[in-house]
Amino acid sequence: MSLFKRLFNAIKSGSVSDNEWEEIRVSLIESDLGVKLTDELINMAKTTKPADAKEAIMAEVKKWLSKDDRTIKFTPGRTNTILVVGVNGTGKTTSTAKLAFHLKSEKKTILLAAADTFRAAAVEQLQTWADRIGVEVVHGESNADPASVAFSAITKAKEDQIDYLVVDTAGRLHTKENLMQELGKVLRVIEKLSPVDEVLLVIDATTGQNGMNQARVFIEAVGVTGLIITKLDGSAKGGVGMAVEKEFGLPIKYMGSGEQISDLAPFDAERFIEGLLE
Amino acid sequence: MFEALGQRFTSIFSGLRGKVSQARLDQFSEEIKTALIESDVALEVANRFSAQLAEKFNQNSDEINISINPAQKIYELVNSQLVQTLGGATRRLKYAKNPPTVILLTGLQGAGKTTLAGKLAKYLKNDGNTPLLVAADLQRPNAVNQLKVVGESAGIAVFAPEVGNGAGDPVAVAKAGIKYAVDKVHNFVIVDTAGRTGIDDLLMKQIIDVRDAITPDEIFFVVDAMTGQDAAKTAKAFSDGVGFDAVVLTKLDGDARGGAALSIVEMTGKPIIFASTGEKISDFTLFHPDRMASRILGKGDIASLAEQAKSAIPEQAAQKLEEKFAKGEDFTFEDFLSQLEAMKNMGSMSKLMGLLPGTAGMKKQIENFDESELVRTRAIIESMTPLERNNPKVLNGSRRARIARGSGRAVSEINALVDRFGQAQKMMKQMRGGSMPMPMAGLGSPPKIAQSNVKSKKKSRSGNPAKRAIEEGN
Repeated sequence: MSLFKRLFNAIKSGSVSDNEWEEIRVSLIESDLGVKLTDELINMAKTTKPADAKEAIMAEVKKWLSKDDRTIKFTPGRTNTILVVGVNGTGKTTSTAKLAFHLKSEKKTILLAAADTFRAAAVEQLQTWADRIGVEVVHGESNADPASVAFSAITKAKEDQIDYLVVDTAGRLHTKENLMQELGKVLRVIEKLSPVDEVLLVIDATTGQNGMNQARVFIEAVGVTGLIITKLDGSAKGGVGMAVEKEFGLPIKYMGSGEQISDLAPFDAERFIEGLLE
Repeated sequence: MFEALGQRFTSIFSGLRGKVSQARLDQFSEEIKTALIESDVALEVANRFSAQLAEKFNQNSDEINISINPAQKIYELVNSQLVQTLGGATRRLKYAKNPPTVILLTGLQGAGKTTLAGKLAKYLKNDGNTPLLVAADLQRPNAVNQLKVVGESAGIAVFAPEVGNGAGDPVAVAKAGIKYAVDKVHNFVIVDTAGRTGIDDLLMKQIIDVRDAITPDEIFFVVDAMTGQDAAKTAKAFSDGVGFDAVVLTKLDGDARGGAALSIVEMTGKPIIFASTGEKISDFTLFHPDRMASRILGKGDIASLAEQAKSAIPEQAAQKLEEKFAKGEDFTFEDFLSQLEAMKNMGSMSKLMGLLPGTAGMKKQIENFDESELVRTRAIIESMTPLERNNPKVLNGSRRARIARGSGRAVSEINALVDRFGQAQKMMKQMRGGSMPMPMAGLGSPPKIAQSNVKSKKKSRSGNPAKRAIEEGN
């Protein structure tokens, strides 16, 4: 706090009162952006001596945004593979289904792979979704090797000249190194046959600062290309998603916000950042 | 969990030397506040915590000043504040006067309710109860199926009249479930419900209807330990909406900062009753605020370790070994094998090691302890003849080669095990005349961990007195 007080005195910032800055600080911290990043952000915003604090914050956050393409990559003429990864309970299976629905609406052919062979009935959960969307699912026996499921899926996708193969993987706590290695194996098995174009890390909006550790470990294990932030329909703002985007330069590609198949929207920076300040 | 917080506490404590001024105490409360927020404790709760701590420091300032070891006194105050914020005394399950005891599970999507329902049922069953699982999550695709699979693998009855997937009335299912339990004389009913956000009025009303229809004896709020600032808000919404009696923390086995636990207890005044700590159905324990505080502050959880050891090692076996010991007989591979068996019953090594004090810095090694090492060791011993097991001295080259073939391991591994065993035997001889042998004594513990343990101890000895006090626990 002492650092903060000094800053208050050092920078008499525009017409924005100390109270207002403090209010913004509280909302940002409560959005799970993290204390350090919040303070850094506010200091930066203050140096611009703005008339409108929120606008200044918005402008600063926009500077953090990744320059990477936020759409799902597509190379015509071959199967494009998307791996969906994340810790338990973030909504991987639901996101996989929503993503398939979204891509199907773009007139692409889709094959799903249920490589979550660990959680009881995860395969059936994806199957139920797939039936609703009208896409096929490749799956193995319960507790089968997920890599073998991935292998069958990519083989089939190539044979059938499918545009997108979307692979749902088992949730795993990123601290379990052997499970992370298993995930790496899934990736390698597919890559032997066809490039993996996207590895999407699903982060639950209610996650706290642990989201940073999740990102770090998944990036190391399977080279994440983008994020999906889920459960934005609740009271959580998903600030840690923005922290991950800044820290690792990974674009948030989609935002999930409900239980309906269509509740997945491309990342909207304006809306997301405004949410952090609410 | 709470490692980050624990490390912060350790570093804050180690900065305390000799006399502690009032200004330093104030700064200390501020540092703790920042550490709490960084660990996902809700802002409001962190503020309150540090204010209460500052108040405690004030009240005890005289004592802190005259104390020979102010750090120790401060440690005690922080510890008591932590225990208080974590809920004080251990909350135990309430039994209904007239069975069945009905437990309703609520929480956000993905908190782990269905998995937890299975674990809770198994826990109750192990205590001699006859739980029934009721599948009232008719929302999430195949939640009903998941519960069925979980129930089946744990040998628990599941009442699931609806297939779910968006169809069916959870209120009717819950009611019918209770009736079914009464008819079939189940003494516990666990009702799994759909996950919902705290601000979805429609789903909130649905769970209130379920609650009113079955009047549960216990309502549990299930929450992911990795939850951030939202934990306080959501818990409040559930508390005001459905109301709950206690909290169950899931996914405690990750590296979650765990601040959510503090936020929820403080914001709702409801205690944490259970914690789920892994993927196996048995990874589930009663939550003890005092033990958790001790872990956060880097003192480990010896009480839990002792409990697990006691329940895993049959009294007879322990006694037999003790007698053998007293008579001066040698510790043999046969004894070693029965100890390995007992350790298997205690749960995973990584979890056990996590309960030891001073292991905060070894998190990674512990997490990655290769459990299959024990399986391999077993295979080697089981490939020995009874003669070899009882007289390791007869193990010549050709015998070792045979054992290697039998167990599918390299001869060098057999040699290493026999060497380690020889050392363990020697150690046991030195210990003779002392107390009961430790269950872990025979195991050639992973050298890396053993070494760093020694190192950290040495360090704390030569370091400052405050840190030493904390680490040695005087």
